[in-house]
Amino acid sequence: MDSERDSQQAEQQPGPQAKEQAEQQPGRAPSRRSVIGWAGAGVALGAAVTGSVAAAVRSESKAVQLTDSTVDIPFYGDHQAGIATPVQDRLHFAAFDVTTTSRDALVRMLKEWTKAAAAMTGGREVGTGTAGALPEAPPDDTGEALGLPASRLTLTIGFGPTLFEKPGPDGQPVDRFGLAARRPEALVELPRFAGDSLDPARSGGDLCIQACADDPQVAVHAIRNLARIAMGTASIRWSQLGFGKTSSTTPEAQTPRNMMGFKDGTHNIAGTDTAALDRHVWVAPGEGPEWMTGGSYLVARRIRMHIETWDRSPLKDQEDTFGRTKAEGAPYGGQKERDTPDLAAMPAKSHVRLAHPDSNDGLMILRRGFSFTDGTDGLGRLDAGLFFLAYQRDTRKAFVPLQQRLASHDALNEYIQHVGSAHFACPPGIRKPGEWWGQALFG
Amino acid sequence: MPARRSTAAALLTLAVATAVLTGCTEKKNDADSADAVQVNASDSACELSKTSFPSGHVQLAVHNKGSKSTEVYVYAPGDRIVTERENIGPGTKVTISAEIKAGSYEVACKPGMVGDGIRQKITVTGDGAAVKSDPRLDAAVAGYRKYAQEQADQTVPVVEQFAAAIKAGELDKAKSLFAPSRVGWERTEPVAESFGDIDPKTDTREDGLEQGQEWTGWHRLEKSLWADNRIGDDEKKLADQLVADLKDWQKRVGTAEITPTSMANGAKELLDEVAKNKVTGEEDRYSHTDLSDFVANVEGARKAYELLKPVAAEKDTDLAKTLDGEFAAIEALLAKYKQADGTYTSYDKVGQPEQKAFSDAVNALAEPLSKLAAAVVVK
Repeated sequence: MDSERDSQQAEQQPGPQAKEQAEQQPGRAPSRRSVIGWAGAGVALGAAVTGSVAAAVRSESKAVQLTDSTVDIPFYGDHQAGIATPVQDRLHFAAFDVTTTSRDALVRMLKEWTKAAAAMTGGREVGTGTAGALPEAPPDDTGEALGLPASRLTLTIGFGPTLFEKPGPDGQPVDRFGLAARRPEALVELPRFAGDSLDPARSGGDLCIQACADDPQVAVHAIRNLARIAMGTASIRWSQLGFGKTSSTTPEAQTPRNMMGFKDGTHNIAGTDTAALDRHVWVAPGEGPEWMTGGSYLVARRIRMHIETWDRSPLKDQEDTFGRTKAEGAPYGGQKERDTPDLAAMPAKSHVRLAHPDSNDGLMILRRGFSFTDGTDGLGRLDAGLFFLAYQRDTRKAFVPLQQRLASHDALNEYIQHVGSAHFACPPGIRKPGEWWGQALFG
Repeated sequence: MPARRSTAAALLTLAVATAVLTGCTEKKNDADSADAVQVNASDSACELSKTSFPSGHVQLAVHNKGSKSTEVYVYAPGDRIVTERENIGPGTKVTISAEIKAGSYEVACKPGMVGDGIRQKITVTGDGAAVKSDPRLDAAVAGYRKYAQEQADQTVPVVEQFAAAIKAGELDKAKSLFAPSRVGWERTEPVAESFGDIDPKTDTREDGLEQGQEWTGWHRLEKSLWADNRIGDDEKKLADQLVADLKDWQKRVGTAEITPTSMANGAKELLDEVAKNKVTGEEDRYSHTDLSDFVANVEGARKAYELLKPVAAEKDTDLAKTLDGEFAAIEALLAKYKQADGTYTSYDKVGQPEQKAFSDAVNALAEPLSKLAAAVVVK
C-alpha cells in the first residue's frame, strides 16, 4: 500500500473546517490548545518531551507546569505520552482483539485512531464532532466530553504478542498480518508466576490503549470513541477502570496510597530523570527491531487484594508486610517517607525489601498503576485491588525476574492474587501530524 | 422486540399514515358531483377526467366499464396506500373520497384485482408543497413495501398452522412451528412496529410488559410450550388472537409510511434488536430459537440495504463496499450454525466466546449501517 499518500490524506482530515469549528467551541478556547514547552517550564525533561515537534506544532509557548490539570500534555513527541509524563488521577485501560484478517483494514484503523487520539488529547472532538453531522447520521463524536477540558488526557498504544503471532486452532502460531519477523524478542509470553490465578478473559490482547486523565469521563470518552472507530476491525477484549494513582513520576508531589492504605510508589523513576529513563525505560537503538527504539515494554497486571482479611490484620503485621510505617510511610530504618530505607531492618519477606533496586542489582521499573474497585463480588467482598502498570526497557530483565522473586517470597502474597496479565510493546512517540500509530512497524 | 416498546416506537420514523388518510371511502353514489374526478376503469385502461386538482377533500367517481371486477388505489410515492376500494364489479359506479395533501401520487386500476395495476400519475396542488423525491428512491421504497407485504402474506399461513397445532394440543408440532412463524415478522419488524398497537400484542417479552398489560402473543405461547410444557384453554385462545393480530398487520402494511431514511434506520434497528436482545439470548429465552430470529433480522436489513444501494453507493462508495463485506461476513458466520434440517443451533448451546463473536460481527455491521440513512437523504 501507498503509505506516503495515505499519511498525506490523514493530514488533510479533519480539515480546516473542523479545526475552525473546534476553535469556535465555547470552552475550547485556542489558549487551551496552545501548549507549552517543557523547556519553558524550566523542567529539564530532555528527550522525553522537549521534542522538536512539540514546540514546532504549537504557536505559543507558556511557562506552565504539566502537572497543572488545565494544561494539555502534548500528543506529539519522541516518546509516547502517558509513560514518563506526570501520572493523572484516572485510568481507563482497554485491551483489544484484532478481528479483521486484513492488514489494510488494521492499518486504516490505526490511522483513524491516531487522528482521533491527537484530537481528543488536545481537547477537541473526534471527526466532525458532536453536532457536525447530518440530522440523519449519528454524530462522529459521542459527545460526553463536550465542554470538558482535555484534563491532561494521554493515550498510549501498545502491541501485544498475539498481534505478531497468534496460536491457531492447531496450536501452531499464525502470522496474521505478516508481522512475525518484526516481533521484538523482548515481547515474550510472560512466564507463569507462583500464585497466578489468571482469568483469560482479563488477560492478553493484540492491542492496548492506556487512557489516563484527571477526569474519568474524559478517559472513558476516549476509550469509547476509539472502540467505536475500531468496530469491524478490533473489539475490546477486556478493560479496566482505575482511580487513585498508586505511583507518581513527579517526586515533588505527595506519594499516593494504595487500597491497603500504604504508600507503595515512593521510589519510582521520575519523569524528569532522563538518565534513569534511558537506563530503565526507553528501548535504546539497536536493542531489538528499529521500530521499537525509543519505545517501552508495558506489563499490566490486575492484582486483586483480599481487602477484608487485610483490614483485620494487626498494624504491626501490615507494616512488616510492606517494610514501612503505615501513617508516615517511612521505610524501616528511617523517620520520613523519603528517608533511605535500611533494608536489613526490614523482615526478609517484606515487600519493599524484596522489590528494592538494591535487592535486585539496581533493577528498576517505571510504575504507573492505579487502584480499582469493580464493586463487590457475589459474596459481598470488595472486588478491589491494584491495576499494576509498569514500563521498562526489557521485560525479560525487569518485570520477569522481579516478579519471580516477589511471587515466591513476598509477604504480601497472603493478601493479593494476580488475576489478569498482559504484555505490550509500546512504540516510540508520534513526532508530527500525519504520522500514525504503528507506522514504523507496518511501514 | 425491545423491552421498552414506547422508546423504540418513538425512534422509528415510520409513522402510520393517519395524517394523510382520514379513511373515509363512502358508498354514497355522488359520481356526478361536479368536483369529483371521473375515473373510467376498463379491462385495459384507467382514464381520469383530470390529473391535477387541489389538495383537501378529493373524490374519485369510479365507473367500472370493463368485464372484470376491479380495484382502485391512490398511491403516494413508495406505493403507500392513501385510499383504496376493492371489488368494484363490472358496470358498477362507486365514489371514493379521501383527504389528500399536496404532492405527486398515482391512481391505479387493477382489473381482475391482481398485479400492480394500470397507473396514472396525478398531481395534487396546494400549500405544503410536495416533498422532494428521487424516483430511484421511490422505487426502493415501493420495492421494500412489496417485500414487507410478501413477508406478511407468507407469515399468516404459517402462524395459522402454528395456531392449529396449539388448538389440537400438538405440543411438539407447535414447538417446531414457533420459529418459522416468526421469520417474516422478524425480517420486517420496523414496519410492524410502526403501527404501534400490533407489536405489543404479538411480540412482547414478559419483562417488557407494562403495568396492567395482559401478556399475549408469541412469547407468552413460547413460555407455555417450553417452560410449562403444556397447552391449556388459555393458550388456544391466545393462538387465535395471534392469528387475528397478524392478519391486522397483513392488512395494514400497505399504509405504513416508509421513507428511504426510515428504511435505512429500520435496517440498523434490526441489528440493534440483535445486539440488545438476541446476542444475549433474551429474545427467545424459553425456546432458544434466537438464531432463527437473528438470521431473519439480517435478511430483512440486507433487503432494505440492497434496495437503497444504487443511490447509497453513488453518494458513498466506501460505505457500500464496507456494508457488502460486513453483510457477507455475518451471513458466513450465521451459516455455520445452520443445521441439516434448516433450523439453527439452539442458543443455549452457543458459548460465551461465540456470543462475543456474534456481538463483534453485529457491531461491525451496525456501525457502518448507521451511516446509510445519511447516504440516502433526498436533497
